[in-house]
Amino acid sequence: MMRKLAPVLLAGLCLLAAGCGDARKKGAYVKHVVNIAGSTSVMPFTEKLAEHFMVERPTFIVNVQSGGSTAGIQACMNDTVEIGMSSRELKADEKKLGEITICLDGIALIVHPGNPVTSLTLSQVRDIFSGTLKNWKDLGWIDRSIDAVTREEGSGTRGAFEELVMNKQEIDDGIMVQDSNGSVKEVVATDPYAIGYVSLGMVDERVAAVSIDGVAPTAKAIKKKRYKIVRPFLYLTNGAPAEDAQAFIDYVLSKDGQVLLKKEGLIPAHEF
Amino acid sequence: MSSSRAVFKERIIKQVLTVFAFSSLLFLFLIFAFILVEGLPLFYKVGVKNIIFGMKWAPTKGFFGIFPMIVSSFLVTFGALIIGGPLGLGCAVYLAEYAGKRQKLFLKPALELLAGIPSVVYGFLGVLYIVPFIRYFFGGSGFSLLATSIVLGIMILPTVISISYDALMSVPRSYREGALAMGSTKWQSTWRVVIPAGKSGILASCILGMGRAIGETMAVIMVAGNALKIPGSVLDPLRTLTSNIALELSYASGDHRMGLFSTGVVLLSIIMVLNYFANVVIRRTVIK
Repeated sequence: MMRKLAPVLLAGLCLLAAGCGDARKKGAYVKHVVNIAGSTSVMPFTEKLAEHFMVERPTFIVNVQSGGSTAGIQACMNDTVEIGMSSRELKADEKKLGEITICLDGIALIVHPGNPVTSLTLSQVRDIFSGTLKNWKDLGWIDRSIDAVTREEGSGTRGAFEELVMNKQEIDDGIMVQDSNGSVKEVVATDPYAIGYVSLGMVDERVAAVSIDGVAPTAKAIKKKRYKIVRPFLYLTNGAPAEDAQAFIDYVLSKDGQVLLKKEGLIPAHEF
Repeated sequence: MSSSRAVFKERIIKQVLTVFAFSSLLFLFLIFAFILVEGLPLFYKVGVKNIIFGMKWAPTKGFFGIFPMIVSSFLVTFGALIIGGPLGLGCAVYLAEYAGKRQKLFLKPALELLAGIPSVVYGFLGVLYIVPFIRYFFGGSGFSLLATSIVLGIMILPTVISISYDALMSVPRSYREGALAMGSTKWQSTWRVVIPAGKSGILASCILGMGRAIGETMAVIMVAGNALKIPGSVLDPLRTLTSNIALELSYASGDHRMGLFSTGVVLLSIIMVLNYFANVVIRRTVIK
C-alpha cells in the first residue's frame, strides 16, 4: 500500500515545491498590479485579454472580478479598482468617470432554424416578452403558442434587453427563464417554437437570428448603427488612468486586443 | 504501567471521536446561523407577509414575493410522489414478497446505482428526451410541471424503494403465514396484511422522498423552464425555491442576494418540518 502510494506522494510534493518556487520567483519582480471589476458580461472577455496581456508582459498582474456594471462603476468611483467595467451607458451622475469603449455587443433575437419568421419589428418583440403577443399565428405562422425565453434577474444581458427593447414595460412572469446565454441557445435550438435573446457572438448555425425592423444583426449593421439592440462594453477610469492601467487599456485597444475581441464574436471599437 | 497507558489511549480516542461526532452538529449550526444572519434582515425590511405571500419576484426593483415558488415547490414534490410513489412501492413489494434470490441479487445493486447517478445527468436526459416528448405529444414548450415531476419521480425511486423495502421486510413472517393459513392468496396476504402492517414505514419513505424532491436543484433548473408564475396546467413552466437560489446567485448583490437567502430560510423551514414528520412516523414504526 505504502509502496504504491509513495511515488504519487513524491510527485505531489515535487509539484508543491515547484509551485512555491514559481510563486516566489514571480513575486520577486512583479511590480505592476491592475485591479478590474464590474459587468459580468464584460468580465469573461477582459479575463481573456488579461491572460494574453500577462503572457506578453510578465511583470504585470491583472485581477479581474465581476459584480455587475453598477458595482463596477461604484468601485471605480471610490477608487477600489483602477478600471471599472460596464455593459451599459453611464447615467448622468456617473458621467464624471472617464469612459473608453472597448467594443460593441449586439443582442440577437434568435429562433429555431426551421422557423419561417425571419423578421420582426421592435414592438412585436416587446409584445412577445411582455406577454401580450402569445401565438405564432399573429406573426403569420401556424396556430401555436410562442415559447419565449428570457434571462434571469440580475443578468447584464437581461438588463440591456430591458433597456433597449422593453421600454419600461415589464417582462411577463409566465415567460421561461434560463441562466446563461448557452442555455437560452440550447432551448431555442431544440424547441421549434421558441424565441430568445443572446449575445451576437453566441449565434451559430444551430439557431437563426431574426432581423429587427428589417435589419439583420451583422457586424456591419451594428457599426453603421442601423441595428438597434446594441450595448457598449466600457472601461471606466476615475480621472486619468494610472500608468499600469493605461498599459492594459492600450493593449486592449491595440490590434492584438481588438482582434481577440473580434474572434470572440464582438464588434471591435477600432478597425486595423 | 502498560495497562494504564492503554486506558489513557482509549480515553483519548474516545474524546477525539466525540469531537468528530459533534463537529457535524457544529457544521449544521454554522449553516443555520449563516443562512439566518444573511436572510432574516430582509424579513424585517420588507415584511414576512410580503415575502412569503408576495406574488411578484423582481428583486432588483424591490419585489421579493416567493409565494409562486413555494406553491411550485410543493406542486413538483407531489407530482414526483404521484409518479415515484406507486412505482417505488410496487418495486419494494416485488423485492420483498415476490423476487427470488437471483432477481434480488440483480435488482438491489441496480437500485443503488440509480441512487448514485448525479442529478445533472437526470436533468440532461430530461432535457434531451422527456421535454421534447412532452412538447411533441402534449404541446407547450415541454419545460413544465409534468417534465419536472417525471424526472423527480425517477430520482426519488431509490429512497422510496429502499425504505419501503425495509418496512415490508420488518413485518414478521408470522403475519404472512397467518394470512396464507386462512386460505388467502399471496397477493391477498400482501395487499391486506403485509402492506397495512408496514404502512408507517411506507409513509416515512414517501416523506423522505418528498424531502429529496423539494431539495433537488440542478435537474429541476434544467427541465422546469423557471417561469415566475404559478403554473396554470401541468404543461406550464414553473420555478421552485431551490432553482430560484441557484439561478440568480451568480449576479446577485445587496438586497437581491439577501432575497435569495430569505428563499433559503423558507426552504430550510419547510425541510425541517418534513424531516420532523418523517422522524415521528419512523419512530412510531420502531416502537411498534
